[in-house]
Amino acid sequence: MILNPTIIANLLASYIGSFMLLYAAYYGVQILKHWNIDSGDELQLVLERKTYLISTVLSYVFGLQLLSLFLFIFTADALGPLFVGAMCAAGTLNVNGFGYPTLELKILNFILAGLWLVLNHADNQGYDYPLIKKKYWLLAVVAPFIVIETVLESFYFLGMRANVITSCCGSLFSSENVEGLGSEIAALPAKPVLWTFYLTMLATLSCGAFAYLKRRGGYVYAGLSLLMFAVSLLAIISAISLYIYELPTHHCPFCIIMEDYQYIGYLLYLLLFGGVVTGMGSGLLLPFREVASLKPLLGGIIGKLTLASVLMYALFTALVSYEILSSSLVISYEVVY
Amino acid sequence: MTPWIEKQRYIIDFTISSLLRRKVKNIGLLALYTLIVFILASTMFFTYSIKKEAKLILQGSPEIVVQKIVAGRHDLFPVDYIEPIKAIRGVADVESRLWGYYYDSLVQANYTVLVPSRPVDKSQSNARTTVVVDPNDPHAADVDKPLYDYDGAAPEAGTIVIGNGVARMREIGVGDFMPFMAFDGQIMNLKVIGTLSAESELVSSDLILVNGADFRKLFGIAEQFVTDVIVTVKNPSEVGMVAGKIKKKLQSARPIIREEILRTYDSIFNWRGGMMIVVFSAAVLAFVIFAWDKASGLSAGERREIGILKAVGWETGDVIQMKFWEGAMVSLSAYFSGVILAYIHVFFTGSAVFEPALKGWSALYPHFSLTPYVNAEQLTTLFFLTVVPYTVATIVPTWRAATIDPDTAMRHTGE
Repeated sequence: MILNPTIIANLLASYIGSFMLLYAAYYGVQILKHWNIDSGDELQLVLERKTYLISTVLSYVFGLQLLSLFLFIFTADALGPLFVGAMCAAGTLNVNGFGYPTLELKILNFILAGLWLVLNHADNQGYDYPLIKKKYWLLAVVAPFIVIETVLESFYFLGMRANVITSCCGSLFSSENVEGLGSEIAALPAKPVLWTFYLTMLATLSCGAFAYLKRRGGYVYAGLSLLMFAVSLLAIISAISLYIYELPTHHCPFCIIMEDYQYIGYLLYLLLFGGVVTGMGSGLLLPFREVASLKPLLGGIIGKLTLASVLMYALFTALVSYEILSSSLVISYEVVY
Repeated sequence: MTPWIEKQRYIIDFTISSLLRRKVKNIGLLALYTLIVFILASTMFFTYSIKKEAKLILQGSPEIVVQKIVAGRHDLFPVDYIEPIKAIRGVADVESRLWGYYYDSLVQANYTVLVPSRPVDKSQSNARTTVVVDPNDPHAADVDKPLYDYDGAAPEAGTIVIGNGVARMREIGVGDFMPFMAFDGQIMNLKVIGTLSAESELVSSDLILVNGADFRKLFGIAEQFVTDVIVTVKNPSEVGMVAGKIKKKLQSARPIIREEILRTYDSIFNWRGGMMIVVFSAAVLAFVIFAWDKASGLSAGERREIGILKAVGWETGDVIQMKFWEGAMVSLSAYFSGVILAYIHVFFTGSAVFEPALKGWSALYPHFSLTPYVNAEQLTTLFFLTVVPYTVATIVPTWRAATIDPDTAMRHTGE
């Protein structure tokens, strides 16, 4: 293990988050078992009070989750010089087998956590806790993932041995290397990927606008926003990053968060994550429109979420287009390796 | 959106006045919190800027240093080894070095004794050990000076050039004689003809530059040996390959690449900083327990306050929000004042408190001031190490306070 203050901070955040989540999940299970809104029992009163505690705890945990996702990438980036051949997070995450799984779980957990907060917010609007069981079922689904993430992250950091030879982002994400997921994505030709990105984005945005204005097609939009998230990540690796680095061979999704590129990556990823969480959140709430106590309010919430998602995706596209147009890189023909 | 902001504003307003009503209690907490942030921030600022300093200095060090190893120990390097190294393609130059340590029993300090191999401008290697600072720094030009105020040629026989630390410790200067005891017990009197610049003290404090012949006489080293050699490689991407070839040709040689040294320094200072933080984590834990206790032990007045608030129509959620703002205000004030104090402590007062633990120790320690270097990484880490534990410690007590029934709260105080 490398005893670095930032690693200690990462692990601390993880352990605290998992611990609080388990604490909340324990009461969540109690609620699932014994909840009965019609009863005036003492247990029911205690549980009603506990819901406040759980939603406060979880808001903290999920806020922490968002921060720790970025801190994790940041740490991986900063540790680069300690490993031979690792220049940025791409190499450091490859130091042992736990790096990339941790990152992927962190992204997944961030989205799940965001969805939970959306559900929680909607539930709090109704006077009779209309979504309480669904909410705690979702919590029971999220909790194991976050615990697994903590375990993987511990293994990743504790198993780090400085000086291990790892492939740097130059070989991992460069098109010459034909093995591994990273290089397969990078090997996708840039121009078709850009076309796909813009066409899908156009479809997503128009569907979102339709869903917002006409209050129809919400499920399609939720699905599209998830698809868009994946397409955008692909586009960043295979095309957009090229324009940001102004280098036709450098396909790295991590270097864009570095100081050399004005930290543009943070803004891009924040918009992208925000877009997918609000977009899917709007779809998640759709089935509950007919619940009596939520009927007057839920339409507004769904509309707001859809609007927020559309705006974030639009802003993301605008930013990406600006980067592409202002870049001095011109891809006039594809280099085929 | 506006009504929401308005509501938060009123809650914040109320929270501030309620905090000010219990000044003594809250100032105590704030002071302790600030102290914790201050300690951790000082540690981090210090280790990060010293790491940065080491990196800048090592940029000018040779690409490869080759030593000879006998039974796993560093041994004198035979001059015959130099030719085979020179014959490797890609090697621009090989320079032999003579250096060692001399223990001065008079002041109980170790000096580094070095023979400059040739004048700086005749050297093939472009590596100049200069203190180069960040080019974005407006004061860079003031510091960007070579380590020695002279050309790098070895002093003439019988004379030496000494570092600032040596001069300070022995209270000698240009023109004085300095006695050395040679390996065979003979006393050598060498004349000081110059001192090294004070700016370079971080690396030259304990340095003594001597003539090659004097060096061999002092330590009894035969003509066919040197201490080690440095290899200059023009193409940076060939350094690893050249080092591998040296190892292949000369089995007993140990080539050390500059990057390895850099990495090692990084690890050492990471470790020292991490160690300090682990030590201080006991303090953080104590503070968290204190914060927990503080938050759960509501005074009668506070209970009554919450009871009345709920009686006049505040909901549990509102009380939690109030407590959230209270925590945020205390945390942010403590965090920022702690960071600012630490900045002053490390960069203006030379981190008087932690210096001995973090720098290492030596009888002849350099005096130097660090270049201020603070980045987002340090600030985020600090936030995670202090604010996050505090927040977690106060959640459950906050909830407990917020769910008090109004009538119980008011009835208790009436007793």
